[in-house]
Amino acid sequence: MSKIHGAVTIDSERCKGCDLCVVACPCDVLSLQPKEVNDRGYHFAFPANEEACIGCAACAVVCPDACIEVYRVVVK
Amino acid sequence: MTREEIIRPENKVHARPKLLLDKNMHYCPGCSHGVVHKLVAEVIDEMGLEHDSIGIAPVGCAVFAYNYIDIDWIEAAHGRAPALATAASRLNPSKLVFTYQGDGDLAAIGTAETIHACTRGENIAIILINNGIYGMTGGQMSPCTLEGAKTATTPYGRRHDLNGFPLKVANVVSLLDGTCYVTRQAVHTAAAARKAKAAIKKAFTNAIQKKGTSFVEIVSTCSSGWKLTPEKSNKWMEENMVPYYPLGDIKDTTKEAK
Amino acid sequence: MKEEVKLMKGNEAIARAAIRYGADGYFGYPITPQSEVLETLEAEMPWETTGMVVLQAESEVASINMVYGGAATGKAVMTSSSSPGVSLMQEGISYLAASELPALIVNVMRGGPGLGTIQPSQADYFQATKGGGHGDYHLIVLAPSSVQEMADFVGLGFDLAFKYRTPAMILADGIVGQMMEKVVLPEQRPRRTDEEIRQQCPWAITGKTAGRSHNVITSLELDSALMEKNNERFQATYREIEKNEVRYEAYGIEDAEYLIVAFGSIARICRKAIDEARKDGIKVGIIRPITLWPFPYEAIREASKNVKGVLCVELNAGQMIEDVRLAVDQNIPVCHYGRMGGIVPNPQEVLDALRRDFIDKA
Repeated sequence: MSKIHGAVTIDSERCKGCDLCVVACPCDVLSLQPKEVNDRGYHFAFPANEEACIGCAACAVVCPDACIEVYRVVVK
Repeated sequence: MTREEIIRPENKVHARPKLLLDKNMHYCPGCSHGVVHKLVAEVIDEMGLEHDSIGIAPVGCAVFAYNYIDIDWIEAAHGRAPALATAASRLNPSKLVFTYQGDGDLAAIGTAETIHACTRGENIAIILINNGIYGMTGGQMSPCTLEGAKTATTPYGRRHDLNGFPLKVANVVSLLDGTCYVTRQAVHTAAAARKAKAAIKKAFTNAIQKKGTSFVEIVSTCSSGWKLTPEKSNKWMEENMVPYYPLGDIKDTTKEAK
Repeated sequence: MKEEVKLMKGNEAIARAAIRYGADGYFGYPITPQSEVLETLEAEMPWETTGMVVLQAESEVASINMVYGGAATGKAVMTSSSSPGVSLMQEGISYLAASELPALIVNVMRGGPGLGTIQPSQADYFQATKGGGHGDYHLIVLAPSSVQEMADFVGLGFDLAFKYRTPAMILADGIVGQMMEKVVLPEQRPRRTDEEIRQQCPWAITGKTAGRSHNVITSLELDSALMEKNNERFQATYREIEKNEVRYEAYGIEDAEYLIVAFGSIARICRKAIDEARKDGIKVGIIRPITLWPFPYEAIREASKNVKGVLCVELNAGQMIEDVRLAVDQNIPVCHYGRMGGIVPNPQEVLDALRRDFIDKA
């Protein structure tokens, strides 16, 4: 059976911490930084649970600020 | 696999749209405008229309759309975008001409221009961001504000006996013979956003193919105006806006004409 | 189409001159007394010949915003209307000025205020010359007094509008609009190609041409420092226009004891009055401002130096007289004679006013 490996990169300076990617992720990969903020004062999103990512890009599609890029590898 | 092995150019499945300029958008966190901007940028790029598009920006939160999408733009007076688009399109028939407007801009002050551009069947696409509120000016009632919704000018909730009923503008323009495609979409989930993108692509294709006016309403959120978090705004939208403004195609004459 | 001599109405001349100029588009809404402009264009079907777009819009508000959209793409576009309709257009005209867009607006004035009357008037002088919409701006304002000038000023208006990237207005009145006269129409000029527009108007919204960054036409600038810079640029253009583009016609001013200042159709009536006065030995001359903005202050100052009085004759309650007073030395009396509500005085009434205000008092 093939296995899907995904990963995301997040432009944390562009992120406004709206949380919509966190909600959209079906695999609970993403979180908002609980304490750390970016230069504009937002608790930006980060992949807290990276291994679970399947590269479905739901997070990137709903991101209003186009901060997220998605990578996917299918291993057969 | 390690993160480094996955994050390689050949594995990229979703990139920041090429036609989105390298600027931080001024929209509030979670604003639907950002998502729709991305979709518009992606569609124009995918259709190869970077050099052949004319966008008409509104007055309202999206007034600065021209700062974000890397095509030629004209910024219209409040509500007048369809009039500008009419002339731009008729004088430049080989270009994709589209307007990008909010519900205050399109459905209040710009009602006449909207209806007449649609009934003339101008070969343009109209994108309506319907969040049921005036965002830019600080959250006042718009024609599309739901009954009961509290805004800066309906502090106790919109009442139809005082303020009239919410305007289903997509349904109105669907009755006009000049429109070929009228649809209502949303971008609150990935699935919805993907559908909305297909709708925008169809609208732009219709404009290029001179099939008449296409009207794409995107039922949207305004967290700041609604005074909810982006996540709760999406929920409120699903529970309140979508029942009144149901999603899906309202009219598509291009199907029948196949 | 070759040069042609024809008998026609002023409004018709505007339409035919626009086609022959190679205008790209006309957007308008019917209103008396100028509907023949749109009617003539629709009858001529220039889209079949030159490719000019003609569209009857849903309102004057839409018309002027169509002009805004068309002008932004570098095309030569115009509209025409009459006073109440031009009031509706003021927002759009302000936007055109603020976005530095060339366009031609024709106002065939009727009596106001309000719905007023459909008869001729010159009561929109303030609106046209002082900036009828919001903000610090001016229009180049051309005042035709004959059907020939109605035709000629279409080309002149477009040329000036493109030269300075600013909207121009033909401020006519119901008399020149409706009057029929012989007119020489120029030879047909070809419309500019899209490539020529790209070359001549690098600012235009033509679709982001490869090799340049995207163009944006906007009147919005939230940074106050930059907005002031924009305003300074507009003002510099206006000073340049004031320096280069003042136009007027003088008649009988060399030996004049009295000077009349009048524009448009009423200037012709004044000329007749001057001829009559000279038969009685009264030496009267006239300055007819052709550009109402920029206003011929200097010419009027010069012509009024040695006169005993200046009579400003207008079809209004006294509007241009404010500019005439600014031009004329304080020691020289300036009076106004005007009719309102669509009434046009005859030469005798002008002469009577001259006698009443100056000659009989001397």
